[in-house]
Order: sequence, then structure tokens, then C-alpha cells
Amino acid sequence: MRDKGLIFAGLVFFLVLITFPVWYDLAAGTTSKGPDPKLPTAEKDCVAPVEYMRTSHMDLLLSWRDQVVRQDRLTYKAFDGKTYDMRLTGTCLKCHTNKEEFCDRCHAYAGVAPYCWECHIDPALAQRSRG
Amino acid sequence: MNALLSLIVVLVLGALAYVGGSVEGLRTLFGVIIPYAAILTFLVGVAYRVVRWALSPVPFRITTTCGQQKSLPWMKAGYLESPYTTLGVTLRMALEVLLFRSLFRNTKAELRSGPQLVYGENKYLWLAALAFHWSFLIIFLRHLRFFMQPVPAFVNLLSDADGFFQIGAPVLYLTDVFILAALGYLLWRRFRDPQVRYISLFTDYFALFLLIGLAGSGVLMRYFFRPDIVAVKELALGLVTFTPAVPVQVGGLFFVHLFLLSLLIAYFPFSKLMHFAGVFLSPTRNLANNNRAKRHVNPWDYPVKVHTYAEWEEEFHDKIKAAGLPMEKE
Repeated sequence: MRDKGLIFAGLVFFLVLITFPVWYDLAAGTTSKGPDPKLPTAEKDCVAPVEYMRTSHMDLLLSWRDQVVRQDRLTYKAFDGKTYDMRLTGTCLKCHTNKEEFCDRCHAYAGVAPYCWECHIDPALAQRSRG
Repeated sequence: MNALLSLIVVLVLGALAYVGGSVEGLRTLFGVIIPYAAILTFLVGVAYRVVRWALSPVPFRITTTCGQQKSLPWMKAGYLESPYTTLGVTLRMALEVLLFRSLFRNTKAELRSGPQLVYGENKYLWLAALAFHWSFLIIFLRHLRFFMQPVPAFVNLLSDADGFFQIGAPVLYLTDVFILAALGYLLWRRFRDPQVRYISLFTDYFALFLLIGLAGSGVLMRYFFRPDIVAVKELALGLVTFTPAVPVQVGGLFFVHLFLLSLLIAYFPFSKLMHFAGVFLSPTRNLANNNRAKRHVNPWDYPVKVHTYAEWEEEFHDKIKAAGLPMEKE
């Protein structure tokens, strides 16, 4: 039929579209390298084991928020018996001082946009804007 | 029986992937070789089937009966239901592909006491199909965040819109809820109605259970048993950039998800799932109804040598005359 050209053009268009990530990564020069977040050097222990923090830190932060804001509980007893203040900027960012090189690297890599920073402020950013 | 069998098949395949993901020697098979083989099967298979379809002849325009054909100027033509122009056909096609116009026409027949046969509208199939397909598309596009680095803005925008209500952490995606609800309805629909159950085949249930397994394992991974997402992206990027490697952090449930996806895309060219390409080639949807305005010549008409009656009479003129038979030309 006369539509053969149209069908083949559609097929080629589909094949290019479905393999789009390949061309995109090729053009961007992407490798399978990870985001490589900058870890703190001063402190060795976190509030939870690293495997848990890697996959479920958002659970922990959300439960901290709920406990502090809704139940007026302010301290957290960690898995190793230490106690911490349940504060994002005060506790987390005390060791992980650089939000851009720690939080943002992985979040940008995984395409996640947490809404922490709609209320909290990155201390480094505040410092910079103060001058 | 069909349903039970396909459920068992999908469960066994899922378990196989779970075990394969935890055995050191099989991780490369399930993480690299099977996905590549599945993608190759999909691309080659889809191309093959579409080319085969393109080569089959379509001699006639198939007129549809759901709209008035364009004829005399004072008769109102159905421009979308029985389009006359290419633009009309494009619009009808768009309605079909994007909004599933045919399913919108779905009816149900019910025998009530009396006895009285009652026909009514039945839009639930249309609604569930729409919810499923659009959710699937959005989920597919959202997953590009694992395959592209840097993550394109439109993918982030889509994720943000999908998680608009910011329920929990990580935020609940609405499409995750919609797709499971829609698949649940589509499965229940096959069980509920005896007539639909009667015509449901193994493959119908198999595709459904495969999709439910795929969506279910994804939801479990996002909200309950989270893998190391960075390691997952490293694996995905490795596949896309042809430098495959399976990071040690990715675990069993992820392999279930990946294996069910591999099965699904490898199954595409062999199954009714090919309707994603076939819908564009539906003869009742993609041909303009202009049979009266344009002459359509059958493309495989052979130039037959004809011998008309007039010629025949001419040839045997003398013999017919001698026999005293009547002739047309005298």
C-alpha cells in the first residue's frame, strides 16, 4: 500500500525514541560512575549503621520531624547507645558540613528532590549570604 | 485454571530471580545477560512484526458504521467517527490512541426479571484501561532517572508532579496507587463475569500477573524494602552505556523487578501486547472513509485480457447467422 513509507518512518521513529537514553548518555559522555558524596573525616559513627542510612535515612528524618514537632521529644537514642539531638541542621549537618557535596550529589544523581530545604536552611548558604 | 496456572508461573519466575540475585554466579546472568537479551528480543521482534504488517496489502477502505459518511452537502457528516480527510483520520487516531475511544463505547447486556434484556453503558473497562496505560507511561518516563545522567529536567518535573501530595518519605507517587488499583480491577473483571472468564486465556492472565508482579515489586522496593538506589542506578547506567557491572549492594527484590521486566519486554513481540504498535495499523481507524469521492483500485489487480460479448459475436458472426440465432448487432 501507499502507507508503507509512513509505517517504516514510524517504526524508525519509535526505535530511536525507545533507545533515547543510549544516545543521551553517549552525547553527555556519561559513565556508570557513582555520585561519590563527600564523607566527613572527623567523625566515624553516624546515628544508625551505614547500610540503614543509605537506604532509609528519609524514614529516620521523617520520624525525627514527627517526634520533635508533634510529640515534643527532642533526643534520639542511637543503635550504639549514644544520644543525639533530633535536628537536621544541628546534628546531621554538624558532621556532614557541606550539603552540596553530601546531600545534593546523591539526590541529583538519583533524581530526588527532598522538601527538607523548604523549611530548613543550609548553614553554609546562610553564612555566604550574610557575607 | 488458566488464572491459577499463570499465577504459579509468574510466582515461580519471580522466586527464580530472587534466588538468582543472591547466588554469586547467577548475578551477571540475571543482571546483565537476560536484560540485554530481552531488549534485543524486543527491538528485533517489534521491528519484524511491524514490517510484516506493513507488507500485507490493504486493498479497500473499510467504512465504519459509527458515523455518517460525507455525501451530499445538506447531510451532516460525522467528521470524527467517519472522517473524510487525513486530518480527520489523524484526529480519530489520536482519540483512539490517547483516550481509547473504542472502549468508551463498551456496553453491557443484562437479563432482568420479566424476562427483559437491558443494555447499558459500561465505562469501567475504559476507565481502568485509561488509568493503567497512562500510569504505566508516566512510571516508564519516571524510570528514565535511572538510565540518564544528568537526569533531564522533564523527568524531575514528572516525578515532582506525581509526588505532589508529599505523603511520607520517599513521597508516595499517585501513579503507583492508580496502576495497582487499575490492574486489580482488570483482573477482578476477568473473574467476576462468567462470560469474560470463559473467553479469558492463559496469556490474558499471564500478562496481567506479570504486570502486577512488576508494579508490585516496584512498590515494595520503593516504600518497604528499599535497595541502595545509587547502586541500582549504577547498574542501569552500566547497561545503557554498554559497560555492564552488577554492584554488590543490589539485592534479591531488585532482581525480581528486573527479571519480570525482562520477561515482559521479551514477551512483547510474541503476544497481544503488540497492540501498542498494532493500534496504529487498525484498518477501521486509520483509513479515511472516502470510497465515494475517490476511486481506489485494487493494487494487485492483474491486467486481465478480456473478450467482450460484442467481440465474440463479431468473431462468430457467420456461424451464428447460419444457425439462425438472433444477434444484438444487426
